[in-house]
Amino acid sequence: MDWEAILSNTASWLISPETIAYALAALGLAVHFGYGGLLNFGMAGFMALGAYGYAISILTFGLPWWAGIIVGMLASVVFAFILGIPTLRLRADYLAIVTIAAAEIVRLLFTTQVFDEVTNSADGLGNYHEGFRAANPFPEGTYGFGPWEYNANGWWVRIFGIGLLIVAALLVWLLMRSPWGRVLKGIREDEDAVRALGKNVFAYKMQALIVGGVFGALGGVVFALPSAVVPSVYVTSLTFFIWTILLLGGAATVFGPLLGAVIFWVIMGFLSNVLPAMASSGLLPFMSTTQAATLRFILVGLALMLIVIFRPQGILGNKKELTFVKQ
Amino acid sequence: MSSNSGAHSPVKTTGLHIGEAVPGVAKVDPIIIADNVTRTFGGLKAVDVEHVEIPRGAITALIGPNGAGKTTLFNLLTGFDKPDTGTWTFDGTRLNGVPAFKVARMGQVRTFQLTKALGLLTVLENMKLGAQKQTGENMFASLIKPLWRKQEGEIEERAMEILARFKLDTKKDDFAASLSGGQRKLLEMARALMSSPKLVMLDEPMAGVNPALTQSLLDHILNLKKEGMSVLFVEHDMHMVRHIADWVIVMAEGRIVAEGDPESVMQDAAVIDAYLGSHQDVDLGVVTGRVSGENTAGVEDLLADIEAEVGLTDSSAYIADTNTDTQEEDTK
Repeated sequence: MDWEAILSNTASWLISPETIAYALAALGLAVHFGYGGLLNFGMAGFMALGAYGYAISILTFGLPWWAGIIVGMLASVVFAFILGIPTLRLRADYLAIVTIAAAEIVRLLFTTQVFDEVTNSADGLGNYHEGFRAANPFPEGTYGFGPWEYNANGWWVRIFGIGLLIVAALLVWLLMRSPWGRVLKGIREDEDAVRALGKNVFAYKMQALIVGGVFGALGGVVFALPSAVVPSVYVTSLTFFIWTILLLGGAATVFGPLLGAVIFWVIMGFLSNVLPAMASSGLLPFMSTTQAATLRFILVGLALMLIVIFRPQGILGNKKELTFVKQ
Repeated sequence: MSSNSGAHSPVKTTGLHIGEAVPGVAKVDPIIIADNVTRTFGGLKAVDVEHVEIPRGAITALIGPNGAGKTTLFNLLTGFDKPDTGTWTFDGTRLNGVPAFKVARMGQVRTFQLTKALGLLTVLENMKLGAQKQTGENMFASLIKPLWRKQEGEIEERAMEILARFKLDTKKDDFAASLSGGQRKLLEMARALMSSPKLVMLDEPMAGVNPALTQSLLDHILNLKKEGMSVLFVEHDMHMVRHIADWVIVMAEGRIVAEGDPESVMQDAAVIDAYLGSHQDVDLGVVTGRVSGENTAGVEDLLADIEAEVGLTDSSAYIADTNTDTQEEDTK
């Protein structure tokens, strides 16, 4: 086995656009679930709206790249309202069911032939990079060292993504240390009690759904920035990867989603390199290299179960929180 | 809050009503006036109140057997549930269709039968949540700390003051989930006070509280009155009702069956019948045949009653139920 190549490929995931995109979405989910107790199982839908909002505004409407990002964010705000108005008055479980269905509806709308002219249906969208790349402040050429060597465009996507992530993390930190965050955490614990204290619970839940949804859309934008918008990406399993990341890092923390995304992608990158290599060198005698590459998804599922059972507060979560089992 | 205050009888507020103390009697200065409030669950009429007034500046107890509709009435008055019919006002403002959070903002706060301490918030955070009109609770203002730092400091000061009164100040940084059941009751009451309410509604404040803490809770409730607040509470503990209530409203099967000051209400035949049980002098064990005892006339009566109601299992269970209650009363 070529360990050098395996480790180098693994290390490159540390600051890949995928890692940044997933971290942004997981941060949004932290606002939803970790702080607000909203069971959103439709993060893939928010991400799809961000990615398609960005690509369609550029390709169909000829908007500049930054306006495309704003359109993606606005689309997620509208989606949050559509989801929230009927369901946020109901119990948390209903939101879970509605969001998972709504995210699928969003994906199917983007995939259907009806809007082929705009969405290019199942083939997805590409070639919208011109504006974003023209705004690249880095001169042409290849920079970096070791596994982190990219051309100017590669660096521009990564640094722009990391910038968004820093702003988002800062916003979450500011919100959650404030009285607004206190109300939101109170709602997570018991919304009737918060209602009895004179807080408009519905408005707070709506605000949280929007804030988290916008972060999800930004994740979708960052995911779309370097390559293309592929509809088959925004399936339910994407939502569950985001959940794995959130629970791995710690749901009610600011840095948990970031750490979770890095760990998730580094492990995924490592396994996708090492498992086929093991299979081809005969260490996994009962499976082919293709089967070995798929094995990582099974391991991710297993990891999610183990986290939830043995460390439900995540890596960065407060240990004390574990002491008290919620009723 | 001296420890000996329990030894003396608290000062009762009298002269609350106008005319004879009958169900629905008018009050001199009512804070809540409700008319024709009904609520049905399926075929069951849980609340059917023609007219009731809650006096201001006094402690009013709402008593009645399980299923009498006390908590439902509570939920209706606080906006947590919507009635089928009826109108009611709080402090002169009509409350029909007003959502619960707005009712709370008007100064009518409640606690819950099953305590709702916010477990994974600290005690101090729980308290701060109770304060009203916080600038920092606006999403955009919350991002800029200078806008709410000063107010936050004032709220914290006030929270610590109230916590000290409730002897919870040393626990301010603990998760509310780590408190004992009784301490959570105290915290819930303290939190309600953060909003400087006009009317405090307590749903079974004594349920699950040990006797040592009961006295302290009683003192806190009496203090609310001293500070000019009105109190309405649901309670099963008759000693407590007798001890602190200025006015007692008795509900049974959704209706108000009696009203009056504690002493006279407890003599009322309707109350004894509905709540205390008509045969409270009879040992339950004798009735059920578990204990052999003298078959007094009372037992014969009761057995005859039960015979007569064979098939109506719930009503005989109800008799047994009220008897158990009075038994507990006796042993206390």
